[in-house]
Amino acid sequence: MDSVFFDTYVWPALIVTAHSLAIILALLVSLAFFMLADRKIWAAAQLRKGPTMVGPFGLLQSFADILKYLLKEIIIPTTANKPVFILAPFVTMFLALSGWAVIPVNEGWAVADINVGILYIFAISSLGVYGVIMGGWASNSKYPFLGALRSAAQMVSYEVSIGLVIITVLLCVGSLNLTDIVLAQETVWFAVPLFPMFVVFFISALAETNRPPFDLPEDESALVAGFMTEYSSTLYVVFMIGELANIVLMCAMCTILFLGGWLPPVDIAPFNWVPGVVWFILKMGLMFFMFAMTKVIVPRYRYDQLMRLGWKVFLPLTLVWVVLTAGFLQYFGMAS
Amino acid sequence: MTLTSLAFYLFATVAVASSFMVISSRNPVYSVLFLILTFFNSAGLFVLLGAEFLALILVVVYVGAVAVLFLFVVMMLDIDFAELSEGFLQYMPIGATVGLILLLELLLVFGASSSLVDANPLPQATPEGMTNAEALGRVLYTEYVYFFQAAGAILLVAMIGAIVLTLVPSNNPKKQNIANQTARTRDEATENIDIEPGQGI
Repeated sequence: MDSVFFDTYVWPALIVTAHSLAIILALLVSLAFFMLADRKIWAAAQLRKGPTMVGPFGLLQSFADILKYLLKEIIIPTTANKPVFILAPFVTMFLALSGWAVIPVNEGWAVADINVGILYIFAISSLGVYGVIMGGWASNSKYPFLGALRSAAQMVSYEVSIGLVIITVLLCVGSLNLTDIVLAQETVWFAVPLFPMFVVFFISALAETNRPPFDLPEDESALVAGFMTEYSSTLYVVFMIGELANIVLMCAMCTILFLGGWLPPVDIAPFNWVPGVVWFILKMGLMFFMFAMTKVIVPRYRYDQLMRLGWKVFLPLTLVWVVLTAGFLQYFGMAS
Repeated sequence: MTLTSLAFYLFATVAVASSFMVISSRNPVYSVLFLILTFFNSAGLFVLLGAEFLALILVVVYVGAVAVLFLFVVMMLDIDFAELSEGFLQYMPIGATVGLILLLELLLVFGASSSLVDANPLPQATPEGMTNAEALGRVLYTEYVYFFQAAGAILLVAMIGAIVLTLVPSNNPKKQNIANQTARTRDEATENIDIEPGQGI
């Protein structure tokens, strides 16, 4: 009796926990290096060296930063709404981390290979706005509040185009499962036939994660630091980790939807010797490099231009593309 | 007791408790946050029923979009929380009556159909060998396609109606023609004037 209970409930639960912990640990460590890469790329584009002092080539800079933040005093404004103020950064971080539960970094390597994986990711990323809104409201201060309002409108707007882009990909795959989406790209990556959608998805991902040029919720020239103005020390670093995890999650999404996930670029000898997870990380790195370069070279959008781009350019474009793709697949009998 | 029923009781309890908090908490922002918690737990119940597509759609639509707009509006209200909660007891009788009627009706429905439920096995969430999305799509886009289109048209009309009602025509609309803006060249926009010293323009 006991062993049956152990075999059916305890042992699978332990395995899933271990698997999740391994993913989270690997993710958090890699986030430190993604942060450093972001700063190094930014520095290089401006002919600076970036962080160099901590560790060889400044490799351990992020760990030093995190340690510094964790050791500082947490300051909570007296008029702030304390429970929501503390909850907000953790909401952001846990949501961003929980998205990784369904990401397949190699065939069968996902913690949970669920049937509606893509929808799950979409749901998680649409919830990311709550951390920002709650943080901005709970701070009970002018600039964070304005930042929260901007963020709410911005993220809801760009979700629409992200949703339609995802629908285009799903039309070509015929499944909501992330592993199936990758396997459907064995002949050609979706970035080739759906190139305009790839561009739209990339730009919408920038807006969805509040990255420059769409970082209006934390626009420092107008809003001090936006919704993060009142945050300091540990709560601030939790917010930062959440944001970065969201960005890396979006890079992984681009990789899975358009760049063929863990598949090698061409299925011939030297390329398919390399394990899939290496390809996945390389492609994610490429996407992150593009995110970082966009931050360097593109000036910040004005808010009305941001809304115009979302509703008047991306929405009609993606809608037409969905109809065209559906018509094409139906006409040539490729609908699955 | 299996794991599924444990999960059911967990989700159901939290859903009921948090929906009670929605109506009883003094701060409207807390109400919306508890509403979100309720949605989450309802989504959990859907997953337990094997309707994971519906569960995620619930999260995407209600939590990801509708509740964001609720929060958006409620956050901007400037209200006296103490004054707001005073009316709670005053409206209690009406609310209780409505609740009672709903409860009675539900009991009637279940009482009438319990014999039917016993006779027929409960319908499955999805037919065999078909994913959630596929099963829903088959029903929605084949059998009920006209109803589906009609629902879409109604929503479109509602949206246009809301825009028409709230749009205040302005004498000085600040419209921007992006094509004009980007097509502007330096020659059109600037003029080089040679001014004699002491003359002014």
